[in-house]
Amino acid sequence: MNPIRRRRLLLILGLVAGIGAATGLALTALQENVNHFYSPSEVLAGGTPEGRTFRLGGVVLEGSTRRDGTSLKAHFVVTDRFKDLPVEYEGILPDLFKEGQSVIATGALQAGGVFVASEVLAKHDENYMPKEVAEAIAKGKAQKASQGSPTP
Amino acid sequence: MNPVWRWFHQLGSPPYFYRFATRWMPWFGISALLLTVIGMYLGFVEAPADYLQGDSFRIMYIHVPAAWMSMFIYGVMALNGAIALIWRIKLSELLFLSCAPIGAMFTAITLITGMFWGKPTWGAYWVWDARLTSELVLLFLYFGVIGLASAYDDLRQGARAAAVLALVGVVNVPIIHFSVKWWNTLHQGETVRIMGKSSIDSSMLWPLLIMALATKLYFVFALLLRTRSALAEQERGKQWVREAMVEAA
Repeated sequence: MNPIRRRRLLLILGLVAGIGAATGLALTALQENVNHFYSPSEVLAGGTPEGRTFRLGGVVLEGSTRRDGTSLKAHFVVTDRFKDLPVEYEGILPDLFKEGQSVIATGALQAGGVFVASEVLAKHDENYMPKEVAEAIAKGKAQKASQGSPTP
Repeated sequence: MNPVWRWFHQLGSPPYFYRFATRWMPWFGISALLLTVIGMYLGFVEAPADYLQGDSFRIMYIHVPAAWMSMFIYGVMALNGAIALIWRIKLSELLFLSCAPIGAMFTAITLITGMFWGKPTWGAYWVWDARLTSELVLLFLYFGVIGLASAYDDLRQGARAAAVLALVGVVNVPIIHFSVKWWNTLHQGETVRIMGKSSIDSSMLWPLLIMALATKLYFVFALLLRTRSALAEQERGKQWVREAMVEAA
């Protein structure tokens, strides 16, 4: 390669590497701000200020959903399987809102340790399968669980 | 010289590329169209509905291949930009310029179909999480490349200036790809993996792979088409262009 082209090549490689490094450093420094939501563990560890709006993400704990009979108010518990946080929301929940599925709720932590949400979005995971397969997996899991525990 | 290298060198010559594009373009176009029809049919009719999302997951068959292409084309564009800057090859400049609108189109398709997928599943058209935001930045990068290139009177100068911008923007491509891994996002993680098992049932995966191939072929078709006409315009008045036009008439 002739020297001029070699210099241009090195210049370009230097440019891309330099910008990569600068962006890497900036994003590492801003790590907290780029995260879309906090997990219950992070919230309970005091990572979020009380009374300020932030997003909470996690799985809706199985068997925790309670709906108000007369209003659109719903209570449920969001968990990351380490810590739990009770959530209160008034409004229409998205179609994919289900126990055992993930949600992202926007709102603020109130004094009683309850997270009052103004918006609840459903987060779905990267698994796609037909209904029959999902049922077969659930059945297999149930069977395994019943085999694992001593039968009465 | 190695025959592959020789072919590569020949391809760099405008008349040779013009003939090559004229001959192969229709094949890429036809196979892309055929595979799109097959992929769409398999994806929208044959594939089973998702256990959780029902039929709305089918938007994936447009959204995911378009998203892959938006990043792939950026890579091809940046590579041609680098070649144009280092070796000053005229054809690379034109290939670079021709990539931008095709990439911008796929990025726009990704964002728009993503919004229509987001509403029924997440409950919102748009959220400012890392994946969505970085993909939007990609669209602006494409617009920037198109705009900057056309701001110069001299096409070659414009292409080289835009190539610098495109190379600066390369850093965004790994950010888009890894955003769902590095940060908490509303957007779900990676489904189809080259290494390891994909977390999608094979009956749903096949149409997706066919669509991925179809969009690749379409990209080659569109790239050849655009570059071919840009080449004829830039080299107008030259002997080989006149001969090619006479031949076509």
